[in-house]
Amino acid sequence: MTKQHANWSPYDNNGGSCVAIAGADYCVIAADTRMSTGYNILTRDYSKISQLADKSVMASSGFQADVKALQKVLSARHLIYQHQHNKQMSCPAMAQLLSNTLYYKRFFPYYAFNVLGGLDSEGKGCVFTYDAVGSYERVGYSSQGSGSTLIMPFLDNQLKSPSPLLLPAKDAVTPLSEAEAVDLVKTVFASATERDIYTGDKVEIVILNASGIRREYMDLRKD
Amino acid sequence: MFRNQYDTDVTTWSPAGRLFQVEYAMEAVKQGSAAIGLRSKTHVVLACVNKANSELSSHQKKIFKVDNHIGVAIAGLTADGRVLSRYMRSECINYNYTYESPLPVGRLVVQLADKAQVCTQRSWKRPYGVGLLVAGLDESGAHLYYNCPSGNYFEYQAFAIGSRSQAAKTYLERRFDNFMGSSREDLIKDALIATRESLQGEKLSSSVCTIAVVGVGEPFHILDQETVQQLINTFEIVREEEPPAEEPQPAPEQDAPTDQASGSGAAAGDQGGSPMEI
Repeated sequence: MTKQHANWSPYDNNGGSCVAIAGADYCVIAADTRMSTGYNILTRDYSKISQLADKSVMASSGFQADVKALQKVLSARHLIYQHQHNKQMSCPAMAQLLSNTLYYKRFFPYYAFNVLGGLDSEGKGCVFTYDAVGSYERVGYSSQGSGSTLIMPFLDNQLKSPSPLLLPAKDAVTPLSEAEAVDLVKTVFASATERDIYTGDKVEIVILNASGIRREYMDLRKD
Repeated sequence: MFRNQYDTDVTTWSPAGRLFQVEYAMEAVKQGSAAIGLRSKTHVVLACVNKANSELSSHQKKIFKVDNHIGVAIAGLTADGRVLSRYMRSECINYNYTYESPLPVGRLVVQLADKAQVCTQRSWKRPYGVGLLVAGLDESGAHLYYNCPSGNYFEYQAFAIGSRSQAAKTYLERRFDNFMGSSREDLIKDALIATRESLQGEKLSSSVCTIAVVGVGEPFHILDQETVQQLINTFEIVREEEPPAEEPQPAPEQDAPTDQASGSGAAAGDQGGSPMEI
């Protein structure tokens, strides 16, 4: 008699890809807007991006119910922070909070694969990339989600970051201009859409810089 | 008030049916510096008198933002006030988390009142020594509530608490009929004048008072010092006891310093008509 396995899972994967790129004085965070389950599309117009603070924007793929719950928890925690400290949370602080929040549920994780992008206290772009239980690292660029295996090698090729193991630590932000980075993101999503069935419909691009926040959309293949 | 043999703890009734500890707590509110609130159909304004202990120290914070649509001004034991504000903020955040909508003000004050009541019925607790003027906006309009240490709460058109609040209340009683239809600016002006009443002789300036506003399309926020000073100057609210020694200045001058004697209120070209001629 073989062991019975669960035929119900608390998780589902709603697919989708997320990308973030850090520049010298800007940060680009993007995610497609397709939400799927299995081989079906639930909606073509769902935002995976959430602005957690003035200078922190998070994009998350995975199980969107968990993503929504995670966004709400972080939002509430940010409000508490603002009441106590009378200011907005910085991006590195939010990065640590996200990590702690994820690890808090180490034994029933949020099925959420996150990239956090924003501006650090010096105004430079920063990107943090996470796994489902909160392990994180500051990087110059990252992608997560169903298309990440297609996107990441391309970003490595275009934005090759110095190794994080080098000493003295070298800056990971890309020398690209903001417009070039946005263009790169559009290219990357168009390519991922071709071969990843879970990525498509539209890409939502959020650009954070000293003047504030801006949103752009681009249509992608709908098949 | 006085040594009574029934005032040792809050769970002892007096033969006259009073809880002295609760009444003593209300006294603590009267000792705090004044806090004033008034509301119109669309806005609520809170004002308070800021008294620093000495020239070297900073003012006590007496107005707290609880949420975008609710703020509170306190009088009495400010430490108790801070703790209650934290509770209110937490309740608003939790409600918003669950229902994705702002906590109606009426619900919040009931929760606050119930919290205060608990402290009047436990032998190991003491009542909160702070009165709260809760200003908020919700679907049913603009509201101003007063929460007592006793656990009672009342809704008001305008109210003042703390020391020398009676002077402010007298002014508000005379004018409150107009408040419902007041504009935001008029409401703030009335708040400043009421604050001046509480100061009773001292010069009204932005360093002694704090103003906060919440309204339709306007999240709760405390006005910064410069704005308040400009408003004071615009409304030409001056010390009421200043004798008209120098040339009276009839025209309202934005830049005129507030201590320029422009005579009693009647002489000044005060926009809304001068209220104060006792």
